[in-house]
Amino acid sequence: MAHENVDVVVIGAGPSGMAAASTAARHGLSVVLLDEQPAVGGQIYRSITRTTPRRLEILGPDYAAGKELAERFAASGATHVSGASVWQVTREREVNYLHEGGSKTLHAKRIILCTGAMERPFPIPGWTLPGVLTAGAAQILLKSGDVAPAEPVVLAGCGPLLYLLGWQYVRAGVPIKAIVDTTDFSDYRRALKHLGGALAGWRYLQKGLMLMRTLKKSGVPFYKSATQLAVEGKDAATALSFEAGGQRHRIDSKLILLHQGVVPNTQFTWALRAKHVWDDAQLCWAPEVDEWGELNIHGIHVAGDGRGIGGAVAAALQGELAGLAVAFGERRIAAEERDRLAAPARAALRDNLNIRPFLDALYRPKLENRVPADDVIVCRCEEVTAGAVREYVGLGCVGPNQTKSFGRCGMGPCQGRMCGLTVTEVIAEARQVSREEVGYYRIRPPIKPITLAELAGD
Amino acid sequence: MLTNQLFRPLTSAEGGTVTVEFNGEPLQVPAGRTVAAALLGAGVSRFRSTPVSGAPRAPYCMMGVCFECLVEIDGVPNRQSCLVEVKEGMKLRTQEGAREWNTEELEARHGA
Amino acid sequence: MNTSDVIVVGGGLVGSSVAYGLARAGARVQVLDEGDDAFRASRGNFGLVWVQGKGYKFAPYARWTRQSASLWPTLAAELLDETGVDVHLQQPGGYAFFFSEKEIEERRARLQQIQDDLNGDYPFEMLDNAQIRERLPEIGPAVVGASYTPMDGHTNPLKVFRALHAACNKRGVAFRTRQTVASIKHANGVFRVQGNGTTFEAPRLVLAAGLGNRMLADMVGLHAPVQPNRGQVLVSERIRPFLNGPTMHVRQTDEGTIQIGDSLEDVGYNDGTTTDVLSNIAARAVKTFPMLGQLNLVRAWAALRVMSPDGFPIYQESPTRPGAFVVTCHSGVTLAANHVLRVAPWLAGGDKPQGIEEFAGDRFLNPDRVIQHAH
Repeated sequence: MAHENVDVVVIGAGPSGMAAASTAARHGLSVVLLDEQPAVGGQIYRSITRTTPRRLEILGPDYAAGKELAERFAASGATHVSGASVWQVTREREVNYLHEGGSKTLHAKRIILCTGAMERPFPIPGWTLPGVLTAGAAQILLKSGDVAPAEPVVLAGCGPLLYLLGWQYVRAGVPIKAIVDTTDFSDYRRALKHLGGALAGWRYLQKGLMLMRTLKKSGVPFYKSATQLAVEGKDAATALSFEAGGQRHRIDSKLILLHQGVVPNTQFTWALRAKHVWDDAQLCWAPEVDEWGELNIHGIHVAGDGRGIGGAVAAALQGELAGLAVAFGERRIAAEERDRLAAPARAALRDNLNIRPFLDALYRPKLENRVPADDVIVCRCEEVTAGAVREYVGLGCVGPNQTKSFGRCGMGPCQGRMCGLTVTEVIAEARQVSREEVGYYRIRPPIKPITLAELAGD
Repeated sequence: MLTNQLFRPLTSAEGGTVTVEFNGEPLQVPAGRTVAAALLGAGVSRFRSTPVSGAPRAPYCMMGVCFECLVEIDGVPNRQSCLVEVKEGMKLRTQEGAREWNTEELEARHGA
Repeated sequence: MNTSDVIVVGGGLVGSSVAYGLARAGARVQVLDEGDDAFRASRGNFGLVWVQGKGYKFAPYARWTRQSASLWPTLAAELLDETGVDVHLQQPGGYAFFFSEKEIEERRARLQQIQDDLNGDYPFEMLDNAQIRERLPEIGPAVVGASYTPMDGHTNPLKVFRALHAACNKRGVAFRTRQTVASIKHANGVFRVQGNGTTFEAPRLVLAAGLGNRMLADMVGLHAPVQPNRGQVLVSERIRPFLNGPTMHVRQTDEGTIQIGDSLEDVGYNDGTTTDVLSNIAARAVKTFPMLGQLNLVRAWAALRVMSPDGFPIYQESPTRPGAFVVTCHSGVTLAANHVLRVAPWLAGGDKPQGIEEFAGDRFLNPDRVIQHAH
């Protein structure tokens, strides 16, 4: 295995990764940015360097903002390794990754984890059927190649990304059969308490309202306060059924796009055994970090949605702060300069996060869509149902590692990404204790698949 | 086997198409995309069956997190097709249940 | 009130084996178990029901192991009957592979010695590469030879664990989870176990707490100087049936995944995985069966074995506090049958299994005894 020393390794080429790498490189550090995709952008700015004017038009100005960040990164002097699959990061800051068929090792003085977010699982009946994808998946198809639904599509769930996708489809002329919104009156009531923050982030709010107005005007059927969502079909999705307005509805569709927010991708931070806290506002685990994004592990930072959902602009700002912190840590700048340079980023970050409590409250995913009925699959890889997990709790399992050993949930290829949050919550509800107490899966390398031959170093 | 046209390219001929082999049959797919996006755009909606129960599965997240889009690419099973770019002449097969051995690789190694 | 006939401290594989055996014998049992992130050797089981090579220069252990392996079908059938869980026991015989003539000769001498100690009642074969290839065509050219015994087998250790829990549940064993033990007192024939502000009482006490036994044993006049020994394991993606019997370091589970081990590391209470060891384990597996190189690694884990100074189990009733026992070993799967069917009845007040005095913890207090680690 090839070994190399470098000042900073950044993992992930989304907004936080690009900003972190650019900032660190600007201060004279040697920087390697490792990313899985063939080009920078992460998910939110996916394919930003290969996009067309028409696509920029459809996707909107927030997406186009990624271009400048990508250009700045390209000019920064940081080394970009694309198609790199990082399979391990150690506390001693050794980074193992697969690239072009072989495993390579980097020894870093500092690491900035920028692995971003992923869609929150949406465990409803039928969610594993072909034809059910996430709204994020649909956006990726749109961003990376103008691929859109072939027939009128159903969008279901809640959250800004869902409505954004709807808006993008309307602009692209893609017919939407229905938007099934789970947001209800109790959500508005809860969100009102955070209106102050929302008003402080009024630009964001304004964008959102404009978006919704366009959607409503487009004549797309809109169902509100939807509950009891279920995908019907035997070998593939055929319809979405749900309750709304006191009635049971059934909308035929072979393509159903689900979304109920995104959550931090915490595989690396859990594997590092960093301290995590359960964030009850965002209903997810977040790694505990200081104001520069440093974990309780020396020399390893997290920036962007991976440390708590804040969106693309906040991610880039956090990337910048982490970049400044490592520049200081490696004695390229003094503390005063670091703080001076950080001040505008901190102010902007505060502004950008103003809207967060309001959004988190308004689009809080429903318990029934996080903790499903017994017969719903929670672990997709090993096909373990919520009922099976509850059965293991009945047999004495107190946490997800015990239920994992009893029933294999969390042992499949996705390593708990799709089921971890659900299993924690199912156990917490079954035991009537806090999520914090229940804990999370023990995550171990390889974080991404590696063959035995590659590991052996053949 | 083209099951269901769930997705289609909005704009045609941008980057053109490539011809791949899908379960032994030639298939024209949009170029410059991931295998998963290309297959979805060409009307494939069933990518594999699970090793646990044989249930049919297809892509869910398109970003490498869900491991549902697993197909065999050029003899190598269980590849995350949303992370691999489609190329002319690629041999793609649906992943039915648990994987098989990659016989091409075995032969290559024995021959060496 | 938290009273019962027996308190079992430790709800892992050993603890739940004896708890089930005790319940079978008619005792009312309470099991005290720690939380979800305890070290839990049970999580680290490879799943072998393994006889060959064990008990070198200590015939009682060779006999004990052989007996447990022969009782395993009984245990498996009972668990299936009681709980509906099939633990996938298979005992087709097992192989251990070696990569040099020196290693082969050492192995042969070892197995021969055990056979002699057992008066010939210990079947084994030594095979060269060509002979192995007849039975296992996938064997790699670097494998110089193997030892094979028909006595070896494997099972699904997680299903065993689950089945034991389900069987315990069925028979009314009370599991107290997230329960630590702070003190153990003994008066008037009753043990009072306290922890987390709760008290448990019973006339009999079994310490089956793995690494925790070290400290707990002292509280009841027993000696169990166990130390952690780390083993790392790799698990591959599922593949169609490839290996239909176990080998010492590579086996295919009933789910189709390939499980590859292992290491023996003296690293204290550290159950982390390390790249260099995982790489060596992978390299050895690929040397053994080159085809394995293709497979994706899906999971790697490490667990801490509960290791006594000579590597053999510790079974003893306290001489100063009768009714208190320590039960500890690092082969919780292989010995599960003996634990359920032979040790538990003894713990419940029945006859001592023949030869069990050989495993008393006091043996480590004997200054004249030469302690050689079994591995």
